[in-house]
Amino acid sequence: MRVGFLVTCLVDLMRPSVGFAGIELLEAGGAEVVVPAAQTCCGQPAYNSGDRADAKALAAKLVAEFEGYDWVVVPSGSCSGMIRTHYPELFADDPAMRDRVEALAAKTRELTDFLADVLGLERVPGRFEGSVTYHDCCAGLREMGVKAQPRALLAKVPGLALREMPGCESCCGFGGTFSVKFGEISARIADNKCDEIAATGAAAVVLGDLGCMLNIEGRLRRRGDATTKVLHVAEVLAGTIPA
Amino acid sequence: MQVASMHFRERAHVRLNDARLQANLRKMQGKFSTKRRASLAEFDDFEGTREAGKAIRNRALDSLDVWLETFERNATARGATVLFAETPADINALVLEIAATHGVEKIIKSKSMVSEESGLDHAIEAAGLEVVETDLGEYILQINGYEPPSHIIGPALHKSKEEVAELFHRTHGTPLKTGIEELCLEARGVLRGHYLSADMGITGGNFFVAESGSVVLVTNEGNATLATTLPKVHVAISGIEKIVPTLEDVATLMRLLTRSATGQSVSNYVDVLTGPKGAGDFHGPEHMYFIVVDCGRTGVLASELRPALRCIRCGACMNHCPVYLSVGGHSYGWVYPGPIGSILTPMYVGLERAQELPAASTFCNQCGVVCPVKIPLPDLQRKLRERAYAGGLRPWYEQAGLKLWAWAARHPSLYAFGARLGARVLRSRADRDGMIHRLPFAGGWTDERDLPAPAGRTFRDLYRQRRGASR
Repeated sequence: MRVGFLVTCLVDLMRPSVGFAGIELLEAGGAEVVVPAAQTCCGQPAYNSGDRADAKALAAKLVAEFEGYDWVVVPSGSCSGMIRTHYPELFADDPAMRDRVEALAAKTRELTDFLADVLGLERVPGRFEGSVTYHDCCAGLREMGVKAQPRALLAKVPGLALREMPGCESCCGFGGTFSVKFGEISARIADNKCDEIAATGAAAVVLGDLGCMLNIEGRLRRRGDATTKVLHVAEVLAGTIPA
Repeated sequence: MQVASMHFRERAHVRLNDARLQANLRKMQGKFSTKRRASLAEFDDFEGTREAGKAIRNRALDSLDVWLETFERNATARGATVLFAETPADINALVLEIAATHGVEKIIKSKSMVSEESGLDHAIEAAGLEVVETDLGEYILQINGYEPPSHIIGPALHKSKEEVAELFHRTHGTPLKTGIEELCLEARGVLRGHYLSADMGITGGNFFVAESGSVVLVTNEGNATLATTLPKVHVAISGIEKIVPTLEDVATLMRLLTRSATGQSVSNYVDVLTGPKGAGDFHGPEHMYFIVVDCGRTGVLASELRPALRCIRCGACMNHCPVYLSVGGHSYGWVYPGPIGSILTPMYVGLERAQELPAASTFCNQCGVVCPVKIPLPDLQRKLRERAYAGGLRPWYEQAGLKLWAWAARHPSLYAFGARLGARVLRSRADRDGMIHRLPFAGGWTDERDLPAPAGRTFRDLYRQRRGASR
C-alpha cells in the first residue's frame, strides 16, 4: 500500500524529527511511504481566519498532490481533521471538486489511528523508562476519533507507565492564531493544562499535535519547569526522542 | 442592554487578573460538567436523544411562520393576547402599555434573558413603576445596582456567598449571615412579600407550545410559579425561535434541558401555563399576554447562522468552554456569554461591535459536543469570522500576513526557501536552554510563554539530503 505522508507545516519548520519518526513507524508497519515534494500547508490558518478563498486554493493544491495514494497519513489531528471534516464543507457547492475531495477525506487518517487500526502495528521500536501522561488534542479527539489508539500503542512501549489526567481532554489553549491574537487567554488555558500535568507527577506529557506541543512546552518552561519533557507520540513510539 | 462587546479584550484582561472571580470560576468549573456527565447515565441513547432534540428544533425553525400562527391562534382561543415585538423598544413599550391598561404599579419578574436585551427593568423604573426580580441570581444582581448577568442559567454565578452575604446585610439591613441556606431563607422571606403585593408578573418562556398556546417555565425556585399565580396579570416574553410545535416535543427537550444545564433529571418546578384563569379555575391571572420577540431573530433565521436558533438556553456550552471559564461571562459585554453568546451577540448587535467574540475561540468544540441540540458552534463562529474578513473588519496586517502566507504556500520552492530561512532565524534567537524568550510581532505568545526553538533545518531539506545520501 502506498501512503502519502503529509508532514505538516509545523513539523517541517519546527520539529522534523516527528516527521522522520512517523515515516519509520509507517514503514515498520509495512507501508510504502511517499512524501509528495510540493506539499506546503493544508490551508487551516486561512480557513480559520475566515479567508475561504485562500483556504480553497491550498486545499485544491493538496487534493491534487495526494489523491493518487491509497492513504493519506498525517502526524497531526488538526491537519488531518482539516482534510477529513472541513475540506468537504469547503467544496460542498463545487460539483467538480466535491467527489475528489470526499474520496480524499475518506482515506485521510491521523498517524496513531492509522498505525493502530489500519496497520495493526504489534510492536514499536521505542522504549521509555518512566511515567508519561497523554494530552488529547482537540481536533484529533473530536474530529478524527483519536483516543484509544495512541494509548494502545504507548502500552506497547517497554518501561512506559501511563498516568491519566482528569482533564486530558481539555483544550490546551493553542487554537492556532488564537495563541497569538488572544495570547493572555491562551496562556491562562495552557497554565491550567500545565497544572494538571504537574499533578500527575509524570516525567513527560505525550501528545499528537505540534501546536499543542509548542504551546504546552512553552508555558511549562516559562513557569520554571525545565524538566518535564513534552514529546510527540511518534517520537516516543519510534524511540527517536531528541536529546 | 448597553453593548460592551467591543471591549472584550480589555474586559477579559481585567477579569483574568481578578483573583476573586478566578476563584469563583474555578469553583464553578467542575460542578456543572461533573453533574451533567453523571446524568447522562439516565439515557438509554443520549446521542439519539440529542439527534431527536435537533430534529424537533429544526422542524420548528423550518416552518416557523406556520407554528407562530398556530401558537397565536391557540393561545388566543384560550383567552390570552398575543403581541409581537420587532425591536427592543417594542418590548418595553408593550409591557408599559399593558401595565397602564391594568393600572399596574408593581411588577415581579421571573428570569427573562430576552428582557435583558431591551433593558426592560430600566424602562419600567423610568416609567415610575416598581419592579422586583425573583430569580435569586437576578435578584442579587438587581440589588447590586443592576449588575449584568454573567451566565444564562445562574446569572450571579460569578459572585461568592461571602459577596452575597455582604450585599444582603447592606440592602436588607439584616444581620450578616454565613450559610447558603440561611441566605436563601432570607431572600425567600423578602421576596414572599413582593409576590403578594405585585399587580403583574413578567416571565420569560423556556418554550412556547404551538399546539396548545401554552408557555413552559422551568425553575428550581418556584419563582415563576408564584409570579404567575398571584398577580392579576401575567406577561410571558420570549423570542420567536422558542416556539415548539407540540407538548410531545417539549417532553423530549425537557429531558435534554435540565440534564445539560445542571445535571438534574427535571427541575424542581415545571409550569405549563395555558390561558388566564378560566371560569371554573381557582388559580391563575385574570389577564395573560404573550410578547413574541424578533429583535434580529428573523435575520438569523434567514442566514447560514440559523442553527444557533435551535438553542434551548441550557448553558452547557459555556460550562465547558475554556475561554468562558477563564474570562467569565461579563467579558462578553452583553446578554449572552460563552460560545452561544459569541454567535448571538454579533448577530443581534452587529458584527462590527462584537467581532472579537467569535474570534476568541480555540475551536476545541467541547461546546459542540455537549450541546443538547447539536448546534455546530465552532462552525458558526467560523462563518462569522468569514463575514468579518470579507467585510474588511480585520486589521490590515492580519489580512496582509494571511495573504502572504497563502501565496507562498501555493509556490512550493518559494515556501521551501521561506521555511528554510525561518527555521534558521528562529534557531538564532534561541537561548542556551533552547527556548526563544522574545519574538517581535508575537508578543501575544512570548509575553507569557517561551517558544521551543526549531532544530534549524526543515524536514524538507533533511529529507532530501537523507534520500540523496541513501542512493
